[in-house]
Amino acid sequence: MAQIVLDRLTAQFSGGEIIEVGSSRGNEWARIKREAWVTVCKFLRDDPATKMDMFIDLTAVDRMGLRTFPEDAPRFDVVLHLYSVGHKHRVRLYCGVPEEDPSVDTLVSVWEGVNWFEREAYDLYGVRFKGHPDLRRILMYPEFVGHPLRKDYPKEKRQPLVRRQAGTRE
Amino acid sequence: MGFEFHTTSLQAAVNWARKWSLFQYPFVTACCGMEFMSVAASKYDIARFGAEFPRFSPRQADLLIIVGTITERQGPALRRIYDQMCEPKWVVAFGVCASTGGFYQNYGTMPGADQVVPVDVYIPGCPPRPEQVLDGLMLLQDRIQKGEGHSQITIAAERGYDVPIAAIRPKELKGP
Amino acid sequence: MSDSNDHDSHLVPPTRRVVLGFKDAEDLDVPDLPTEPLPLNMGPSHPAMHGTVRMVLEVEGEKISTADIQIGYLHRCFEKESEAATYTQIFPYTDRLNYISPMLNNIGYAMAVEKLLGISDELPERVKYIRVIVGELARISDHLTCLGASAMELGAFTVFLYALKAREWLFELLEEICGARLTVSYMRIGGVAADMTEEWGAQLLAVLPRVREVMSDISKLLDRNRIFRDRMDGIGIITKEDALAYGITGPVGRSTGLAYDVRKDHPYLVYDRFDFDVPVGSVGDNFDRYAVRVEEILQSMRIIEQAVPTIPAGRFMHPDPRVTLPPKSETYNSIEAMIAHFKLIMDGIHVPPGEIYSFTEAGNGELGFYIVADGTGRPWKCRVRPPCFPATAVLGKVLPGLFIADVVPTFGMINMIGGECDR
Repeated sequence: MAQIVLDRLTAQFSGGEIIEVGSSRGNEWARIKREAWVTVCKFLRDDPATKMDMFIDLTAVDRMGLRTFPEDAPRFDVVLHLYSVGHKHRVRLYCGVPEEDPSVDTLVSVWEGVNWFEREAYDLYGVRFKGHPDLRRILMYPEFVGHPLRKDYPKEKRQPLVRRQAGTRE
Repeated sequence: MGFEFHTTSLQAAVNWARKWSLFQYPFVTACCGMEFMSVAASKYDIARFGAEFPRFSPRQADLLIIVGTITERQGPALRRIYDQMCEPKWVVAFGVCASTGGFYQNYGTMPGADQVVPVDVYIPGCPPRPEQVLDGLMLLQDRIQKGEGHSQITIAAERGYDVPIAAIRPKELKGP
Repeated sequence: MSDSNDHDSHLVPPTRRVVLGFKDAEDLDVPDLPTEPLPLNMGPSHPAMHGTVRMVLEVEGEKISTADIQIGYLHRCFEKESEAATYTQIFPYTDRLNYISPMLNNIGYAMAVEKLLGISDELPERVKYIRVIVGELARISDHLTCLGASAMELGAFTVFLYALKAREWLFELLEEICGARLTVSYMRIGGVAADMTEEWGAQLLAVLPRVREVMSDISKLLDRNRIFRDRMDGIGIITKEDALAYGITGPVGRSTGLAYDVRKDHPYLVYDRFDFDVPVGSVGDNFDRYAVRVEEILQSMRIIEQAVPTIPAGRFMHPDPRVTLPPKSETYNSIEAMIAHFKLIMDGIHVPPGEIYSFTEAGNGELGFYIVADGTGRPWKCRVRPPCFPATAVLGKVLPGLFIADVVPTFGMINMIGGECDR
């Protein structure tokens, strides 16, 4: 359904920026090299055959421990969903981000709306976005330590800000 | 509880007036807010209890209704609003999330609003039916009439009324 | 964004500008007083009953110069809870995402998991019709709540009572079909929890004309009301380019002129069999968002009136035993059914490894579920793409230049639902 997007990508970028493309269950996807993240996205937005003008979603996935994922692959994946209102096709882009240097370039210059989504990925996963104008926590409070959606953060570990005196009427 | 400190008929009359003219501060956060709106609307009329007009300033309110989930981030704001209210004040935890955290057991949710404020009446339900809310409100009215709200007991203790030892804060217990 | 200095210049006589102290009134002798911006905090607990959000505004007089929207006060960790729950146990969590239209979230999530399982084409027809009907009911109650609450914040308390009166009728219908008024958890993977009866369909068709009357009352009270129009016209304009760059869909996106509705552009379930229109605005201001929602309620009623008489008979659950619980008569009488029941409840439905992004039209726009499955009964990741998250983000761009009083209708018409925005 969106095979044209993958074809245009593989035709335009032949220098190894596109690591892999595929299609499963009606979703077309492509895995992009970290260094080419912004270039590929700009191309997808501007090329008339793909014209991905609508930004849909940006998130991160922590694949540590996922047994269907190769061991030597980078721990985090930044996942981007794009849509074209004119052509009505979608694509999903992956960008592997290693644990030792969890950073990737920001896409704020391509679609303004990624601002808050990147802040959320930083807040919950710890992936830093280089060049982001305002990278701070969005869902958790600033005093929170750690990145809660990582697989090694226990679900019930609370970091309370305030508690009242137990056993009193205060 | 079941204790009663010395109530004069003046005190009983004052409590009667208080329970029929509750100025509520609806601290609405989540889905229970929708049932709160239903309770305040025309079918399950909360106005017949005299409690229909929400006062959106804590200085003017005496009933803090905590509607919906309280997250850890919300804690300081809730405590500050509670502290800004004048006594006597009452707190109702509306919904299971405000009572015990509900089915959210995670790093972000506070397990009940009573971690930061003392609660007088807990109304369970996810969300509670409006009839359940009105039942909880009537329980609160009973408490107010008998003078058993947390804030009323505190005032009574401070004024030197005869209150049972168990009702006094531990740090106030004097003795050997 | 909009040049708010003269957003009302065609309505306000020049003398009012003198009182407000605008510097661009040339025929004035206003002394140049020293001023400094005032930081003003709105929230996180504030009267707009739309969820907890904190807006740190910097104001000069009454005009906002910067707006920092801080969300996260209702972060209930949907994703982390989903990773620990089986696929069926996630339904109650999805209810509490956009909690004014929980059916639509349920439907979106159920469809996502069914796509992963590969059974979405094999669903019984009756299931698809029931999903459309209750989904549109949820959409009507979503828009009624939004309109009622926003109108109340502007002072129109009667409209709030009318809207909630209509919503009570819908809640009673929902309670009859699934037992809960608000947090329904009615959908299951592969179908719905209980069947719809003929009487329920007849009751639903009897309620709709009464809801139409309520909508006509509300329109009479608000559409040409001078105060309402003054506060909504030309305020909070979002451009179509911003809607695309931010990914704003739904009534807010359509009010800007962006004609995108998932039900029409990528029809799912049986929406392509019904005849309905999708209202699209032109200006992108608050009044357009209000008008789009009013019209959407009427169109949703049209869909329901076409769906209920034509619903086919059939099963209400997909018959695959790997997905559906066996009937209770078998569970209590045969060991195979009992073990199947046990495994489905304790382990969950085993979804083959893979990833899916599935999208439906929820009350606020395109609700996406991005699910990463690893072959067990619990998802590896279950992400919600919330439609009101970008709409709240664009407020940081729309609010500067408006007055403090304009924040109330603008924020109300964005319909930010805390449960969905913070998840």
